[in-house]
Amino acid sequence: MVSYATQKLAEEKVFKDPVHRYIHVRDQVIWDLIGAREFQRLRRIKQLGTTYLVFHGAEHSRFNHSLGVYEVVRRIIDDIFTGRPEWDESERLVVLCAALLHDLGHGPFSHSFEHVFDLDHEKFTQAILLGDTEVNAILKRVAPEFPQHVSDVIAKTYGNKQAVSLISSQIDADRMDYLQRDAYFTGVSYGHFDMERILRVMRPREDQVVIKQSGMHAVEDYIMSRYQMYWQVYFHPVSRSAEVILTKALHRAKELSENGYKFAYEPRHFKTFFDRTFSLADYIALDEGIVMTYFQEWVHEEDEILADLCDRFVNRRLFQYIEFDPAKDYRKLSELEQLFKKAGINPAYYLVFDSSSDLPYDFYRPGEEGERVPIHLLMPNDELRELSRSSEIVEAISGKRRTDHKLYFPEDLLKDDTKKKAVKKQILQLLYGQA
Amino acid sequence: MLEEHAKIVQFITLAGEVTGRKKLQKMVYIAKKMNFPFQEKYQFHMYGPYSEELTLRVEELCNMAFLSEKKEDKGSYVQYTYSCTEEGSQFLSTMEGNHPKLDLCIERLNNKSSRFLEMVSTLLYFDHLERAEQVEKLHVVKGKLNFTETEIEEAFAFIKDLQLCIQA
Repeated sequence: MVSYATQKLAEEKVFKDPVHRYIHVRDQVIWDLIGAREFQRLRRIKQLGTTYLVFHGAEHSRFNHSLGVYEVVRRIIDDIFTGRPEWDESERLVVLCAALLHDLGHGPFSHSFEHVFDLDHEKFTQAILLGDTEVNAILKRVAPEFPQHVSDVIAKTYGNKQAVSLISSQIDADRMDYLQRDAYFTGVSYGHFDMERILRVMRPREDQVVIKQSGMHAVEDYIMSRYQMYWQVYFHPVSRSAEVILTKALHRAKELSENGYKFAYEPRHFKTFFDRTFSLADYIALDEGIVMTYFQEWVHEEDEILADLCDRFVNRRLFQYIEFDPAKDYRKLSELEQLFKKAGINPAYYLVFDSSSDLPYDFYRPGEEGERVPIHLLMPNDELRELSRSSEIVEAISGKRRTDHKLYFPEDLLKDDTKKKAVKKQILQLLYGQA
Repeated sequence: MLEEHAKIVQFITLAGEVTGRKKLQKMVYIAKKMNFPFQEKYQFHMYGPYSEELTLRVEELCNMAFLSEKKEDKGSYVQYTYSCTEEGSQFLSTMEGNHPKLDLCIERLNNKSSRFLEMVSTLLYFDHLERAEQVEKLHVVKGKLNFTETEIEEAFAFIKDLQLCIQA
């Protein structure tokens, strides 16, 4: 009798995909997981959060991305690794499931939501995999310990590091999918690289996946794509402005709830998050449609701050920003906070410092205290060589972090001179340095 | 608004000096697990729990000249030592926030080696598991470090002592 772990569909199923053309499913387990309600929920969570307010095409979901990561891993192991002695075929299913389910615990507008409610989507991924869920029931049919194994691969605590590195490393299926997918949906011209070439030169080694030296230039292109996508798309200052407003609106709702405010539109879905009594079912019940419904309703709340912040988010009336160097200007920040209070604008909600930072590629040499496993090239003599030792392009950006600091504020309120004109003028002078 | 930055400057001020990036990562993680309010998110990495956010915060604080990073070439590797600068002390004086017992916690952590703290933080990362499972997990993810039974016992005793001293 064929076990559930090896059971194949009578006919291969395919999903049409704009990035990988087709996503191929032969395994019954994968097909069943895609149909599970917790996986279907990912259709209702956007991959790029608030980025759609800048790049209007960026409405794609975590469902699209998860299928994409699964497909990239499937191609690596079924087309490239299969039959190679360094690859353990018995790890195939656990890695495919981990690839498909790695983002399962993301909530609506994850970054803001997790920040306000002190949550961690990785913990929710584990809770969904191991809790009373449809996904868990499917994984348990493979073997009782199988859900834990999938969870361990995603949490990077699995014994087989090679399996982990397919999903979490400096050149993994997750990044290869999201760079291309996000480039496609935002419409930017960065983010493209020759993935087919990279996949063809990937080789399994003891506790990692390495790249044949002949594929070095394709990897250089991938690293540069990543660098550009971070600065052109992921850290775009305007989508950060939207995120700042979203975060502050959630903070305001939380504060109001804690102070016994009577909402005209009761935050039924958030109550257990406000008082930290939420269950896994409460978390799974949330999606971005629900958050947007509350925001649209809260535009009419009596509390002026909540109503204004929700209106700003729903109708894209975003905060303005300036470059801000905290080292030089931290005293100015205290001064601004005081002036905002004098102007009757609550700085806790309307004056926000925000930083973005990225390290495009980090190397590690034995004995150093680096935390990232580097990309290794497989040389013709079978030795391994860390990428930045061979690539001048990569060496130039290795270990170099770029950070961007911005200060966000509602310029429209400050330019409204019907009230507190003098103090607002003083604020604008401090912000823009004008006379 | 720069409260999280201030917490790290305060942490290093209380420690006096922290030698090793890995050690600093583990010290903040353990303090966080002892319920001190650090916001940096941690994930499991090569050396156990690791926070990219903390790495970034420390780099920023060095760029701001609130922290000093001293580099020492140890032959096969480079060691980093962190301390608070004069400018950092001034910054700290403009911020509020004082956490009772944090100094005691930091002192105990700073007296331990980074290998020991790596073991303690890994055990704490799996503290939702039963003790035997925690140890089993430690061996799976840290197999190459060959922690002995005695060392593991010592780590559990250290965690218990730390919790007691903070609660006292």
